[in-house]
Amino acid sequence: MNETLRNTLLFAGVAMMIVLTGVFQSWNSALVILNMGLVSAVMALGVNLQWGFAGLFNVGVMGFVALGGLATVLVSMPPVGEAWAAGGTRILAGLAIGAATITAAILAFGRMAPGRARVLVVLAILVIGFFVYRGVLDPGVEAVERTNAASTGYLGGLGLPVILSWPVGGLIAAGAAWIIGKTALGLRSDYLAIATLGIAEIVIAVLKNEDWLARGVKNVIGLPRPVPYEVDLQRSREFGDIVGGLGLDPVTASGLWVKANYGILFAIVLAIVFVLAQLALHSPWGRMMRAIRDNETAARAMGKDVTRRHLQVFVIGSAVCGLAGAMMTTLDGQLTPASYQPLRFTFLVWVMVIVGGSGSNLGAVLGGFLIWFLWVQVEPLGQLVMSALASPLPEGSALKAHLATSAAHIRLLTMGVVLLLVLRFSPRGLIPEK
Amino acid sequence: MEPINAIVALMNFVVIPATAYGAQLALGALGVTLVYGILRFSNFAHGDSMAFGAMATILFTWGLQALGISLGPIPTALLALPAGIIVTALFLLGTDRVVYRFYRRQKANPVILVIVSIGVMFIYNGVVRLIVGPGDQFFDDGARFIFTVRDFQAWTGLDEGFGLRTSQAITLITAVIVVAALFWFLNRTRTGKSMRAFSDNEDLALLSGINPERVVAVTWVIVAALATLAGVLYGLDKSFKPFTYFQLLLPIFAAAIVGGLGSPVGAIAGGFVIAFSEVTITYAWKRVLAYAMPDSLEPSNLVQLLSTDYKFAVSFMILVVVLLFRPTGLFKGKSV
Repeated sequence: MNETLRNTLLFAGVAMMIVLTGVFQSWNSALVILNMGLVSAVMALGVNLQWGFAGLFNVGVMGFVALGGLATVLVSMPPVGEAWAAGGTRILAGLAIGAATITAAILAFGRMAPGRARVLVVLAILVIGFFVYRGVLDPGVEAVERTNAASTGYLGGLGLPVILSWPVGGLIAAGAAWIIGKTALGLRSDYLAIATLGIAEIVIAVLKNEDWLARGVKNVIGLPRPVPYEVDLQRSREFGDIVGGLGLDPVTASGLWVKANYGILFAIVLAIVFVLAQLALHSPWGRMMRAIRDNETAARAMGKDVTRRHLQVFVIGSAVCGLAGAMMTTLDGQLTPASYQPLRFTFLVWVMVIVGGSGSNLGAVLGGFLIWFLWVQVEPLGQLVMSALASPLPEGSALKAHLATSAAHIRLLTMGVVLLLVLRFSPRGLIPEK
Repeated sequence: MEPINAIVALMNFVVIPATAYGAQLALGALGVTLVYGILRFSNFAHGDSMAFGAMATILFTWGLQALGISLGPIPTALLALPAGIIVTALFLLGTDRVVYRFYRRQKANPVILVIVSIGVMFIYNGVVRLIVGPGDQFFDDGARFIFTVRDFQAWTGLDEGFGLRTSQAITLITAVIVVAALFWFLNRTRTGKSMRAFSDNEDLALLSGINPERVVAVTWVIVAALATLAGVLYGLDKSFKPFTYFQLLLPIFAAAIVGGLGSPVGAIAGGFVIAFSEVTITYAWKRVLAYAMPDSLEPSNLVQLLSTDYKFAVSFMILVVVLLFRPTGLFKGKSV
C-alpha cells in the first residue's frame, strides 16, 4: 500500500467515525466533536513544532492554552467603565512598577561586577520593588473587585471583535514562552519539562485568583461570538424559509448552522497553520531544526546557535497553542479557569502528537481528530463495558454501584494504554515522519 | 513587645507545619532522585505512585478498622503501611517489567523514558481513581493531637500557644528513621554500594560484575517504600485526594533539582528549602509581627507576601533561580 493511499484511508476512517456518530447519535454531537477536533489539531500542530521538529519537551501546554483563553476575555469583552474609574489606573501603575522592578534587577545584575555588592543591590531592588508594587496594586485590585462584584468586578476587555483575540492569544502565549525558554532552554531536556509544568500551574492559579483580571472562578460568561446566535436565526424569516424548504426543524437547524460556521472558521485557521508548518518543515529552517534535534553537538559544531533556535521554535509552538486556546474559549463562549486540567489539556495533546506521528504535521492533525474522538466516545463505551462487567452482580451491590460510577475514569486509563502501546509497538506513529 | 509569644506563634504556624511538609517533600524527592540516579530519567509518574501507595495503605487501614484492630492513639495506617509498601513495590516492579525494561534494553533516549513515564502516570491515575474515586478519603484515626494549643497555654500561661498534631510528630519520626536507614543502606551494605557504583558509572559497574537488573529491582522496591511513606504521611497530615498528589509533582521535582538531581542529601535539603519558603512566603505575618515589634509599629494589614493559592509559584520561583544560577543544585547533582 503506498503512502498517499494509506494516509487517505486513515483520514477517511476518522471522517467515517465522525459521520457514524452523526448517523447513530446525532449530527449535533458529530459537529461538536468535529469542532473540538479542529481545535485539537491546531494544538497538536503547535506541540509537534516543538517536539517533532526540535525535540523540545513542553508539558505546559495547558498554560499556553489558558493564556489564549484569557486573551479572548481581554480583547472581546466590553470594558467596565466603573471598575476602570475605581482602580484601573492604579492597577496599570502597579503592574508597570512590577515590570520596572524586574527590569532594574536584571540591569543591575548585568551591569555590576560580580561580588557581594551586586547580590545586595539586586536583592534590595527586588524587595523594595515588591513592597512598592503591592502597595500600589492592592488598593486598586480591591476597589475594582468591589465594584459590582456579583456581575462584573473586573476591568473587562477592550470590546474589540472576538476574532482578533485569536492572534492576540498567540502573542500572549509567545511572551510567556519566551520567559520560560530564556530560563530553561540550554539545560537538560527534563528541566524544560519541569519548568513548563510549573508555569502551567501558575497561569491557572493566576486565572483562578486574580478576579480583577478575568473574574477568577466566578467565570466570564457570554463572550461575544464571531457567528450568529441561534435565537436570532430562529427569528429570522429568511433562515426559516431556507430551512423549511429543506424540511428541517428551525431549532435543530439553527444549532447545526452555528456549529458549522464555527467549523468553517476553525478549518480555515487549521489550514493556514498546517500550510505554514508544512512550508517550515521543508524549508532550510526546518532542515536545520531537524539536524539540531538529531545531533545537537554536530549542529553546534557547524556554527548553529542551538539555544537560540530552540527558543525560537519553542516560542512559535507555544503561540500556536495559545491561538488554539483562544479558539476553544471562543467556541465555549465562556472562560472557566477551573475547567483547565493538565491531564486533559497537556497530556492529551501529547498523546495526539505521539499517536499521530511525531515530526509529521499530517500525523499531528490526524492524531488531533482521532484522539479527541476517542476521548469523547470512550466514556459511553466505558459505561457499556462497565455495565456488562457488572451485570452478573446482584442488584444494589456496592461493587456494582462502584463500577457504574467509576466508568468516567476509564478515559485516563485508555489514554495511558494507547500512549504506551504506540510508543512500544509503533514509536513513529500512524503517519511517520519521512 | 512580647518576643516569647512571637516565637511560640512562629513555631505553631510556620516551623512545625513547614518541618512536617518538608519531611514529606524530602521523602518524595528522594524517590525521584533515586530513579533519576539509577534509571536516568525524571519519573513523572512519581506523584501518582505516591497516590497509589497511599491508596493501597488506606484500603488495608479500612480493613483493619473493620476488624476492630487499632493502635490506640497512633493511626492504624502505620500498621497497614508494610502491606501497602509490599503491594506498591509489586505494582512498580510489574510496571518496570512490562514497560520500562524494554526501553532500558534499547538504551532509549531519556526523553522517551520521560514520555513513557507520562503514559504510566495516566494509567496509575486512572487505576487510583477507578479503585477509590477522585474525592477526598479520610483514614486517620487515633488521637488528633499530642498536645493542643490550649494545653500549651495552660502549661505556660502565655497568650499564644503551639500544638503538635499526631500526624506531624509521626511524619518527623518516620522521616528520620527512614532517612537514616536509607543512608545506612546506601553507604554500608553491599547492595547499596553497588547501587551507588551503578549510578556513578554504569559501564564500570557492569564490568565489575554488578547485575543491573538486580540494582534496578532493588531501586524500585526502595522507591515504592519511599513513595508509599510520603503518600501516607501527606495523606494523614492533610487529606488523601488523587489530584493533589499530581500537584505535588512540582514541589517534589523542585526539591530534587534544588538539592541536585541524583543526590540523596540534596533531595532532603531541597525538600526543606521548598517547604520553608512556601510556608514563610504564604503565611500572614501580622500575628507574629504584632508580638515581635513595638506597639507603635504594629502592622495594619496581614503582611502576607503571596496568597496561599500561589504556593506552587514559590516552588517555581526557587526552581527558576536555581536553574539560572546553579543548574547542578546545592549539592552538585549529576545534571547539567
